[in-house]
Amino acid sequence: MNYKRVTLLCGHYGSGKTNIAVNMALDLKHQADRVLIADLDIVNPYFRTKDSNEDFEKAGIRLISSAFANTNLDAPALPQEMYAIIDDRSFHAVVDVGGDDVGAVALGRLSKAIADENDYDMYLVVNCYRPLTRDAASTLQVKKEIEEASRLSFTGVINGSNLAADTKAEDVLASMDYAREVAEAAGIPLAATAVQESLLDELKGKIENLFPMKLQKRPI
Amino acid sequence: MGEKVLMKGNEAIAEAAIQAGCRHYFGYPITPQTEIAAYMAKRMPKIGGLFLQAESEIAAINMVYGCSSAGMRVMTSSSSPGISLKSEGLSYLAGADLPAVIVNAQRGGPGLGGIQPSQSDYFQATRGGGHGDYHMLVLAPASVQEMAELTVKAFDLADRYRMTCMILADGTTGQMMEPVSFDFVPGEPVAKPWATTGTKMERKHNIVNSLYLLPDVLEQKNIERYEKYEKIKETETMAEEFMVEDADIVIVAFGIAARVSKNAVIAARKNGIKAGLIRPITLWPYPEKIVAKAAEHAKQFISVELSMGQMIEDVKLAVDGKAPVSLCFRAGGMIPMPEQVYDAIAEADKKLKGGN
Repeated sequence: MNYKRVTLLCGHYGSGKTNIAVNMALDLKHQADRVLIADLDIVNPYFRTKDSNEDFEKAGIRLISSAFANTNLDAPALPQEMYAIIDDRSFHAVVDVGGDDVGAVALGRLSKAIADENDYDMYLVVNCYRPLTRDAASTLQVKKEIEEASRLSFTGVINGSNLAADTKAEDVLASMDYAREVAEAAGIPLAATAVQESLLDELKGKIENLFPMKLQKRPI
Repeated sequence: MGEKVLMKGNEAIAEAAIQAGCRHYFGYPITPQTEIAAYMAKRMPKIGGLFLQAESEIAAINMVYGCSSAGMRVMTSSSSPGISLKSEGLSYLAGADLPAVIVNAQRGGPGLGGIQPSQSDYFQATRGGGHGDYHMLVLAPASVQEMAELTVKAFDLADRYRMTCMILADGTTGQMMEPVSFDFVPGEPVAKPWATTGTKMERKHNIVNSLYLLPDVLEQKNIERYEKYEKIKETETMAEEFMVEDADIVIVAFGIAARVSKNAVIAARKNGIKAGLIRPITLWPYPEKIVAKAAEHAKQFISVELSMGQMIEDVKLAVDGKAPVSLCFRAGGMIPMPEQVYDAIAEADKKLKGGN
């Protein structure tokens, strides 16, 4: 992938944002010297970027996350360090934003600085296998709500359509019409289709702009 | 929704409730079950249903009481501390023989505890929770698919027996995402001639109440209820048995603990240890006959729980002294790993073989 200085990942919750953000930060570290990943999720106290902290430390990626992520304090707290995203331009930043418009509210605090600098991509992560974003119309509704809450406009779509560990290559292929329809209706490019590494061989050549991912979690 | 969709367990419960004909949901947010309320808030207004965020858990359960009295399929959901608040209402629902579905996505306790998964509300769920002589039906799902299927079943059972039916889930099953399909068919609607739906001046008015002025009438009511419970024990008990038939060591575990344990049982079998798993799906009625049958050949039972040991009492009652019963646990929001369960099996195996 080509990265702007700031990469923002938003979408319906459960669309796959966190997995994509984690993998993007690791990918970006091959292209940029100083990389940070920021977790601005104020909605979900579970499944946080912090779960991959070891990988970030190993790769030399700075993690900005609420001190309370993965603890029993279920508070919508933002990390004070979040201002480094806009204040320290020596870093490339990947920002994992919470789900829906409710989660995107947190981004509003930074949106003016991000827009003024104008070196960012904001991706709409979509998953047609989530019950409330099964079609383009409902997905575009989520897009509109996130843009209103964050006061930023999307620059691309990332197709993250998946059925968790059960995802097969044909499920990804079957999601492509939906993803292209969303991108076309939104008037922005389909920047990537994010897939589990294990599906890469089956999908190579069939889908443009594949983004391979290692999944964060081990299913029980 | 015939095809598979990716859902959180909590969302699957909410969607299944809607498909079971539930159009009334009353609740109050608490992690880790808030997705149920969030899903209902989005979906109910679109299908002519009602989502209402009450001012408290206590208010919500009493709205459930009123709604059920009027013959509607109704649900509320909460997590451990919130269920404690609802307990008075649960007793009143039982006393008035009202059907309702209650979801508990358990978290670590006691008190405010934490937001991580737990199974330490087993006593509260299976022994009643509120005051008085009564039981709830208690179903324990172990996958997102089962969250959906058991929710539909919960509505059917609740209506058929005029009882509250609790889905006893936990933070893990509520939060985890798995593919789920909704191609099941809900049961036939049950007639509710007792409901307070207005007489239209055509019949005597119905009364829904739990107050009895004469103690002998109340006693008789309790006896009738317990006769019904006995019938339910005979017909509605559910459990999954995995490699139990020839097992020397039998794990008993429900919900997420059973999922972890299954991996340990598979690993034990690979290493030549005759292990098996009984997974109670109904916690009340408890599958005591299935456990008792296993006790005819098993030499050791291990109750695996996300608690300090609650279900172990039911295992001991069912085993009835025929074999020792030990506990393998994590508590306070921690989850046992398959390795921990495997070690418990291996240790038991060593003791058994050493004894020969």
